[in-house]
Amino acid sequence: MSIGPEASITDERSAPTDDAAAVRGTGDTAIAGRSLKQIAWRRLKRDKVAMGGAFVVMFLVLLAILAPVLARIWGHPVNEFHGDQIDPTFSTPIGSFGGISKDFILGVEPSSGRDIFSRILYGAQTTLIVAVLSALVSTVLGTLFGLAAGYLGGWVDSIISRVMDFLLAFPQLLFAIALVSVLPQSIFGVSGRWSRVLVLIGVIGFFGWPYIGRIVRGQTLSLREREFIEASKSLGAGSRRILFRELLPNLAAPILVYTTLIIPTNILTDAALSFLGVGIPPPNPSWGGMLSDALSYYTDDPMYMIIPGVMIFVTVLAFNLFGDGLRDALDPKAR
Amino acid sequence: MTDNLLEVSGLKMHFPITKGVFKRKVGAVRAVDGIDLAVKKGETLGLVGESGCGKSTTGRLMTRILEPTEGKVLFDGRDVSHVGQAGLRPLRRDVQMIFQDPYSSLNPRHTVGSIISAPLQIQNIPTPNGLKSAVQDLLKLVGLNPEHYNRYPHEFSGGQRQRIGIARALALRPKLIVADEPVSALDVSIQAQVVNLLDDLQREFDLTYVFIAHDLSVVRHISDRVAVMYLGRVVEIADREQLYKNPRHPYTVALMSAVPVPDPARRERAQRNRVLLTGDVPSPINPPSGCRFRTRCWKAQDICATEDPALIPRLEDPASHQTACHFPVTEDEVVAGRRPAGAQA
Repeated sequence: MSIGPEASITDERSAPTDDAAAVRGTGDTAIAGRSLKQIAWRRLKRDKVAMGGAFVVMFLVLLAILAPVLARIWGHPVNEFHGDQIDPTFSTPIGSFGGISKDFILGVEPSSGRDIFSRILYGAQTTLIVAVLSALVSTVLGTLFGLAAGYLGGWVDSIISRVMDFLLAFPQLLFAIALVSVLPQSIFGVSGRWSRVLVLIGVIGFFGWPYIGRIVRGQTLSLREREFIEASKSLGAGSRRILFRELLPNLAAPILVYTTLIIPTNILTDAALSFLGVGIPPPNPSWGGMLSDALSYYTDDPMYMIIPGVMIFVTVLAFNLFGDGLRDALDPKAR
Repeated sequence: MTDNLLEVSGLKMHFPITKGVFKRKVGAVRAVDGIDLAVKKGETLGLVGESGCGKSTTGRLMTRILEPTEGKVLFDGRDVSHVGQAGLRPLRRDVQMIFQDPYSSLNPRHTVGSIISAPLQIQNIPTPNGLKSAVQDLLKLVGLNPEHYNRYPHEFSGGQRQRIGIARALALRPKLIVADEPVSALDVSIQAQVVNLLDDLQREFDLTYVFIAHDLSVVRHISDRVAVMYLGRVVEIADREQLYKNPRHPYTVALMSAVPVPDPARRERAQRNRVLLTGDVPSPINPPSGCRFRTRCWKAQDICATEDPALIPRLEDPASHQTACHFPVTEDEVVAGRRPAGAQA
């Protein structure tokens, strides 16, 4: 009576948990299907490089979340000056490797003597928040506009596509510099670090959506010609059902992949803006800002430049490796 | 005429060709260009023709997935040609479609259960024993394991997928099912199973079929009447036996002679009877004047270029056998077994 290779998947009992059929009286248990999600997860688990990337990402997220706790255990308050750690003549840290010691595990900042470890932790917080939230903004905007352009077609498509071209050609960095210099110090009742974080999320997220939008539009164009969309129409389904129940699940894979892949781009943009002095305002710590400060000391104290540089490098690499692995797992044909 | 479940008259579907930024209309693909057909209750109407002749478009007009450019679609006496999406909802219950490609007609992200229950949910049809048992009944009906309701389409073979498509079409208990080449993507042994399943279901649920295909032997097996299409027009329509015994239109003759003969003993004779058409189907953007088949017809004369032949009974045919040709092929020509004059090898 059974058709198909269920012998190999009898161990899959996870899918139909909400299903009464699992306990049918006849002794027949429901045969669980293996969804594409489960298949992709199995493939991803076997990809050691991607899993490595995922672990690094998770580690960094943990660092960011636990920043206040970790800073109290192994570090010092972010903006506490430690003049005793600084050589008064050269204003470089006392000791080798930028003042790395048992007390200051990543050394101290030149001239001020602030604890680099704590500053890296808090920098991770802002960097990750900005990168992830702006990626989310891009994804939501890109998905909505891409779906609308691809599915509705006609003049809606023309307008959205031209807007996307315009935004892709727009000098985002210059715009951000100009915007930040005219914005007031506090917006929406928040000030200091978080007001700038909001601005960065808005700017980076807004200029990022055309990347996702183009991919979603292209996929929608090809999917909407598939017969299951016609089948759905012939059943009397409305546009909303077709867009969100039929099309969106098929777009989940590319959306997820490109969201993970724009996060590292956003980290770099965020670092670049901070480096140029329009990102997170001092004295709040940020990786890009630390790099920028390090420029004046790099001959005497290279460690101060290496530490935030390595952090940016590792974070971007980890996100990229994970994103690539995710793409391979979700769409093995696109290698 | 009251026993006609579906009637189309003067049906035209022109797809505009646009150019430039402002989508200026520069022409139209005349996919369907003036079709009159009637489908009687309980019958199976076969619709045959080569690729690009407008069979599938006709099917999509009948189910009103497409809105006709001109002409009328009457379902059960009601004009549904230009009814909007909301007004079509009741029609969707009565007219369903089976699609050609079982690999693209099922959403790969949905389980079989949610695919088959979608029509019931969309149309708000109450299921007394729950949605799941309704789905399982349908799966049983089309010969699939009812336990497979939470599997995904990629776990099934082509034939099984087509059965899922049939189950989805049956969920609403429609009166008319338009099957758009339902077996052409399947291999021959599976074709027979699916065709027989459709046959059984027709008897059980009193269904009416419009069966679109390019395989003449499949159409012969399942149809009561057969309409032959060429370049957006019906060129010949007749009862099955009548059409296969006495094809009148030269195109039908050519089409029939192209059917491969599996019996080597008969193959010799069939070879001699082969009518080979030369050239391609003319473009539906700019179809030939008069009779559309004249550019490839060995019997074409001057009148064919000027006068469009009407679809009427020719020679001594019964009223049900209509042919759109000025020079219909006589029985002698076909039976004699000689190559029709002028046909090129």
